[in-house]
Amino acid sequence: MSTSTAARPEEPAEQVLDVRDLSVTFRTESGTVSAVDHVDLSLARGEIVGVVGESGCGKSVTAMSLGGLLPGSARVTGSARLHGTELVGASEPVLRKVRGRELAYIFQEPMSSLNPVLSVGRQIAEVLQVHEGLSRKQARARAVELLALVGIPSPATRVDTYPHQLSGGMRQRVMIAMAVACGPQVLVADEPTTALDVTVQAGILEVLRDLRDRLGTSILIITHDLGVIADIADRVVVMYAGRVVERAPVHELFARPRHQYTAGLLAASPTPGRHAGTDRLQEIPGLVPVLSTQPDACTFADRCHAADDLCRGSAPPLEPQGGGGTSAAGHVAACWHPSTETRTLAATNQEPAR
Amino acid sequence: MARYLITRAGQSLLTLVLATVVVFLGMRALPGDPALALAGEDRSPAGLAAVRHEYGLDQSLPAQFLHFVTHALHGDLGTSVRTGLPVSSMLGAALPVTVELSVLAIVLATLVGVGAGVLAAVRRGRPAEWFANGLALVGLSVPHFWLGLLAILYLSVATGLFPASGFVSLFDDPLGNLHHIILPAVILGTGLAAVIMRQTRSSMLDSLSADYVRTAKAKGLRPGAVIGRHALRNSLIVVVTIVGLQLGGLISGAVVTEQIFGLPGFGKMTIDAVFQRDYPVIQAVVLITATAYIVINFLVDLLYSVIDPRIRVAGEA
Repeated sequence: MSTSTAARPEEPAEQVLDVRDLSVTFRTESGTVSAVDHVDLSLARGEIVGVVGESGCGKSVTAMSLGGLLPGSARVTGSARLHGTELVGASEPVLRKVRGRELAYIFQEPMSSLNPVLSVGRQIAEVLQVHEGLSRKQARARAVELLALVGIPSPATRVDTYPHQLSGGMRQRVMIAMAVACGPQVLVADEPTTALDVTVQAGILEVLRDLRDRLGTSILIITHDLGVIADIADRVVVMYAGRVVERAPVHELFARPRHQYTAGLLAASPTPGRHAGTDRLQEIPGLVPVLSTQPDACTFADRCHAADDLCRGSAPPLEPQGGGGTSAAGHVAACWHPSTETRTLAATNQEPAR
Repeated sequence: MARYLITRAGQSLLTLVLATVVVFLGMRALPGDPALALAGEDRSPAGLAAVRHEYGLDQSLPAQFLHFVTHALHGDLGTSVRTGLPVSSMLGAALPVTVELSVLAIVLATLVGVGAGVLAAVRRGRPAEWFANGLALVGLSVPHFWLGLLAILYLSVATGLFPASGFVSLFDDPLGNLHHIILPAVILGTGLAAVIMRQTRSSMLDSLSADYVRTAKAKGLRPGAVIGRHALRNSLIVVVTIVGLQLGGLISGAVVTEQIFGLPGFGKMTIDAVFQRDYPVIQAVVLITATAYIVINFLVDLLYSVIDPRIRVAGEA
């Protein structure tokens, strides 16, 4: 659990990344499909923000659109400012300077995301050569330091190995070393632990947290795993069908989910102390809709038990929701009929609640 | 790496030995008595026996094989029935021409094929790709000999830009040599260039959509580095395989091309030998071709391990 939540208000003075009204549509053979719909997102210096949602909710597309990494069929509108530099619609040369230096990425599958025919040292050195003008020799020396920084043992020999000679966890550490090589302000981690064993996951999250503490890197972590969010994030953004449906500090979200979707998501995750048989995990019925148009309705309405004509007739605004105790600062949800549930955070440290 | 090399070299050597056996038996298995062909006019039993004795044909097969191998190892491949010259010296004159022609054709085909393939993949769905695909289709479907005849007709006879036939040695007159050999090399390389282009294109399309290319872009690399260092290097494995496989076609293509352009190479020597039933020459030609194949395959495998570190380590394991 992060200890810095209280010290980080919703709109701190130093915004590193400010995303406003970001929309992404794709041209496909069957027409235009909307993937991201008017998303607002902000990231303060040294903050870790988790973006959570099911597959296809637009969280990865949002992340990729920041660095201009989407395919040519994507159309991005709105604004994403990285320390004042507008990224949406920026030219390739501008984006090239930003990528790897100010905005770096870690991807889901470290095996396929690393080039199999180049040594890991070479792949790390490449970033330094491009952005910091280091010679090959200097860059190699820095690569060894970076491998040590991300906790790879005997980095001086590992620098010459190839990706297939390393374990999954080590590969992901190499990806992280590559990403932080130039000390980026923002690190986007797209499902960084999904392809890894649980024990290895914890190590990778520890590395990320450590980088934030030591280098002050802001991290946007994209995941469908609420455990990862609970472990590392300061704030959470919940996305559903291309829209942000809820935004809250991490403890607040887990304790008092307001949006019915968030409440459903939490109910679908196992909690210690609940037993199979007596307390089944609840699934959310239905599938995430594919949206060729964004209807003027709550996109979750078709799967929601609380939905009525209001939900199907107009899209709810993202705003503070009352009920079930006062909403904490910075907790907003887009729901006409917010959940009033208050959840016990974890069975072990919530004993007095009985 | 050293161990991989030694293993691979050992395999090549074994293949070479087997190829020698096959060549030897193949010649003996041909219908007809070679002594009849060798004897010429004198077909008396005594004359035939003399010929058999002279060529060692009266000995047992294993003894003949041993004789053949020991002589071949000493560079003695027999004497041509047609010219009466040692086969090794005939090869010494003809081989350099063919090697030069083939190497030049491969180099040109690889440059053009890889270049056009990369261009077609990067400019997918644009005129550059259609143009490259069209050229590849022409290169694949038009036969060498016809292309060669057209080239002679329009570039040699009509305009006199290139000599229509003949050859000068590289060492006597390098420029004149290039002038004579460039047109045949281009003609010989067209088919290969087309195949390389198509393979490069499809393999580049795979590489370009790979995750590591996205990583390379996300690092802020220039398009040249993303395409060259990351995508192309991964595509080259497929390209090298194809080039290796196509070399067989190149050798037979060289036979035809040399005939058309009147180059005094290996191919011309082979055709003459077949028409004249010049057995020692045919035997040597087949052996040399097999050796060339084996050596080329060995080189291709070496190239693999240079390009792909995973192959290097697999060989060591």
